[in-house]
Amino acid sequence: MTTQIGPGPGGPPRPPLPPALSEPPAPRVNYLNVAYGVKSWLLTTDHKRIALLYLASVTLMFFLGGAFAVLIRLELVTPAGDLVQSETYNKLFTMHGIIMVFFFLIPSIPAVLGNFLIPIMIGARDLAFPRLNLASWYIYMFGAAFTIYALVSGGVDTGWTFYAPYSTTYSNTHVIAAGLGIFINGFSSILTGLNFIVTIHRMRAPGLTWFRLPLFVWAHYATSLIFVLGTPVIAITLLTVVLERALHLGIYDPRLGGDPILFQHLFWFYSHPAVYIMILPAMGVISELVTCFSRKRIFGYPVVAMSSLAIAVIGFLVWGHHMFVSGQSTYAGLIFSFLSFLVAIPSAIKVFNWTATLYKGSVSWDTPMLYAIGFVGLFTIGGLTGLFLASLGLDVHVTDTYFVVAHFHYIMVGGAIMGYLGGIHFWWPKITGRLYPEMWARVAAVIIFAGFNLTFFPQFILGYLGMPRRYHAYPEEFQVLNVMSSAGASILGLGYLLPMIYLVWSMRYGPKASANPWQAKGLEWQTASPPITENFERQPVVTEEAYAYAVEGEAHIV
Amino acid sequence: MSSVADTAHGAERHHPDLVHHFESLPAQKEAATFGMWVFIAQEVMFFGGLFAAYTIYRHLYFHAFVQSSRHLNLPLGAINTAVLICSSLTMAMGVHASAIGRRRPTVAWLLLTVALGGVFLGIKTVEYKDKFDHHLVPGESFQAEELHLEGSAARPAQIFYALYFAMTGLHAAHMVIGIPIILFIAWMAHRGRFSPEYHTPVELTGLYWHFVDIIWIFLFPLLYLIGRHH
Amino acid sequence: MGAELPLFPVQASTMAGRVDALYAFLILVSVFFGLLIAVTLISFAIRYRRRSRDERPPLIHGSVALEVAWTAIPLGIVMVIFLWGADLFFAMARVPPAPMEVYVVGKRWMWKTQHLTGQREINELHVPVGVPVKLTMTSEDVIHSFFVPAFRMKKDVVPGRYAAAWFQATRAGTYHLFCAEYCGTKHSGMIGSVTVMEPAAFQTWLAGGATGTSLAAAGEKLFQDLACITCHRSDSEGRGPKLDGVFGHPVTLASGERVVADEAYIRESIVNPSAKVVAGFQPVMPTYQGLVNEEGLMQLVAYVKSLGGPATAGPGAALASPAPATAPAAATPAPPPRPKGQGR
Repeated sequence: MTTQIGPGPGGPPRPPLPPALSEPPAPRVNYLNVAYGVKSWLLTTDHKRIALLYLASVTLMFFLGGAFAVLIRLELVTPAGDLVQSETYNKLFTMHGIIMVFFFLIPSIPAVLGNFLIPIMIGARDLAFPRLNLASWYIYMFGAAFTIYALVSGGVDTGWTFYAPYSTTYSNTHVIAAGLGIFINGFSSILTGLNFIVTIHRMRAPGLTWFRLPLFVWAHYATSLIFVLGTPVIAITLLTVVLERALHLGIYDPRLGGDPILFQHLFWFYSHPAVYIMILPAMGVISELVTCFSRKRIFGYPVVAMSSLAIAVIGFLVWGHHMFVSGQSTYAGLIFSFLSFLVAIPSAIKVFNWTATLYKGSVSWDTPMLYAIGFVGLFTIGGLTGLFLASLGLDVHVTDTYFVVAHFHYIMVGGAIMGYLGGIHFWWPKITGRLYPEMWARVAAVIIFAGFNLTFFPQFILGYLGMPRRYHAYPEEFQVLNVMSSAGASILGLGYLLPMIYLVWSMRYGPKASANPWQAKGLEWQTASPPITENFERQPVVTEEAYAYAVEGEAHIV
Repeated sequence: MSSVADTAHGAERHHPDLVHHFESLPAQKEAATFGMWVFIAQEVMFFGGLFAAYTIYRHLYFHAFVQSSRHLNLPLGAINTAVLICSSLTMAMGVHASAIGRRRPTVAWLLLTVALGGVFLGIKTVEYKDKFDHHLVPGESFQAEELHLEGSAARPAQIFYALYFAMTGLHAAHMVIGIPIILFIAWMAHRGRFSPEYHTPVELTGLYWHFVDIIWIFLFPLLYLIGRHH
Repeated sequence: MGAELPLFPVQASTMAGRVDALYAFLILVSVFFGLLIAVTLISFAIRYRRRSRDERPPLIHGSVALEVAWTAIPLGIVMVIFLWGADLFFAMARVPPAPMEVYVVGKRWMWKTQHLTGQREINELHVPVGVPVKLTMTSEDVIHSFFVPAFRMKKDVVPGRYAAAWFQATRAGTYHLFCAEYCGTKHSGMIGSVTVMEPAAFQTWLAGGATGTSLAAAGEKLFQDLACITCHRSDSEGRGPKLDGVFGHPVTLASGERVVADEAYIRESIVNPSAKVVAGFQPVMPTYQGLVNEEGLMQLVAYVKSLGGPATAGPGAALASPAPATAPAAATPAPPPRPKGQGR
């Protein structure tokens, strides 16, 4: 017998029942308590447990990278470089970048929420390759170990961008270890992307056509394309740096006729699409949040789905916008600038569609929705400042300044991390079977929003005034804005600590959650909280569109 | 879990090789094959970075590249190409044998593939040693006299050799990883693990090996055959 | 600075105002769309807030008209921004005729600037107001970036090649010079100042500086010390091409290609002579890489430039270039020892 999701043909709509009567009692055995012990976790092939393994790892890396950020902002309170030495400062911003980009932002949503939810959202029992999934986590840990080794044995100071010839010839730090750590970690991403692509293609439940998929799945599909096609290029690029340092197989040394700009092309060919790896999954989360908390179908489903693919494809064509002043030809700059403006359009379309989804909706201000609304605002600002950077004549002035730093933090922190936190809170009841304390969560969301803006908005001004990036010490006239930014950072840090505390608290003391505490649509809410290991008692069959909140036959517009 | 009962075909209902999260053996096999092709796509991008660097520098320093290429051992390179193509043939025969359920021929063809792969690596070692003896390994000891390149034209020769070692080295690394995998698959075949219904690991290994072969088929002309018609 | 909190640097170049105008337009666009989204979102969230548990919002799939509109309008706006930015960029790339030339070498962790008169400065650059100044720059080690916020000017300085940039200062004053590409330990210490002076004051400064050797004269000396003269004779009998009048003109190479003999070409011909061999000559020139540092290369380039080419007369050039150096004598007494490294 199969479970039908959605109204059957010809069946009358039923009046809503109180939750306690409409859901079966939660099963006693779920994926969390089906087995205990370290081995049951470290040798699991259950995508849900693997997601939690990743949750622990990325959280640890987030706080490590965050600790470096604290030191950076502390140093920048005064114009002189008086807290740490120059070499140390250079290592701090390098390690902050490497850890946050490669070990937190890139894996966070896909490896935690994607791993947990994609099989359930498509009605499958697991990903296509569960053992490969576990291997991905081990590879991530192995890469992290290499990187932490580089850290504790003295650090690396090339910047997370590893520009040659500084990284290949001049740096005296542990470039090889750090490069290898990222190289290894890259395979974790690639295999996760591979797993997602095959799973989404091949394991959808009966009736679940592509255009009935939740947008979260579309977003991860687009992200996985970038994982698979882009990550190998950073792998080989970092390998060339390692080969040059270790074996003198140098191809960037100008004394041999090599071209340092070639490194930049190879590096940014991946690292630009990488930023779409960081934002597309968050956009997928937002689509889920605005629909549930407006209790409405997404406005413009096919457009939002296709825009994810458009971003992934066009995103591969714009890497040269990081190199407008590097010595690349003026005409190349022209093409990259044009394409960079094009890639902004699908993102803008998403923002409009999310906003339109609230129109005539039934909007509730729960914490996940606060994060979603915050995301839309901050991502809009971050994206608009991308236009400043894409325009050639203006970029000459603001590139390599704090303007860029502010831009990407708006997208990655104001965007991606808010999306991540919104998703963590939204699916927390599903993952843990517990409800988090709503009041504290809202307080934290507001503190994070306020702290974030105070930290990063002054940096736009600092950048336009001319303060370059990666500066340990700076002219006095920049101090006021730097102090504002550091003050904001302390608030932001406090904001991030709060969820650590109350989420952990809720795992033991939070009220038990029902299968569908948000009354949301989506297959994941049709199964218990937490789910059983196989996800569903019976194979679901899908007969309705995604986000089918409205009942057929009621008034509809357009 | 018995929930598989819903839609699985009767014949494969309890097939020992069917994993719990797939509905049927064909679905499982299709997914595995699809996954392997996705993996190969990323491998193409992986080598692609080096191919891009090679293309750019060859365009910039054509003369130095031609002279440097002349010093590569064309006969050995050609033999290696033939060896590798033969190993793809033996691999394909092994996949076919496993598909028709012939255990001993499967093992034999796979072992032959490994042997040919070993020959390739052996010849490669001879070539590398030759480069070392002639001071053509990039670094402090690099000397370009043998290449008949004057003065500043000799500098990009180091770039050629850096790319030569990086590209062929990366290719060889893929073979060094592939050979134990084939040995493991051969052992599994010997133990009777495969059948006409289930021989996916052999097929996937075959795909990987063919890919490694194709990379060499691009490397050989690019590195060994520049300007040979002059 | 008192209680001010400036939002943008002083405008001190012809480009600064144009860059700020584009910036202002972008801010307007951003504020407009930012507010539009924020206000719409918040007002929807308030207006349509959930009032009862059983609310049933209507089914709205979307609107093709709206999708087209909010695709086409942003597309139109970004195309305007693109064209404006591109136009500005091309203006920045087009060096005006007859600029005053300055050579810049970045090295960890200082900026070394050289005027044609031979005036050298470290972490400083004095220029006259109202005159286009062209910088020809390279690095001795890693990538740096020459950044003057007041001029809205920035250019990466890459080892192994020349980077060119220009500006025309519009007001006297002293402005920050920063290195904007991370280059190691003292990256944030690689800063200095550009001082813009009224023309008369600038001439005084120029004349008051020590050393009399112009850049081209220093180059001429190097030309002789390194025995370049042996092959590059001005009587066309040498093994190398005659250099008089070469600069700025097209040259036909042995491969049939035609290239313009600009600064980069001259530099490349010294460090990597076999890259572009002139038609009718043999590739016998040895490389001088390692024998001449980047400053020496700039002196040689200045010397070759001074041997004639397109008219160098003009306000910019006249302000800071000396009389052209004389062509080298056809014969020198004893041939100096061959430089090390010449291979055959």
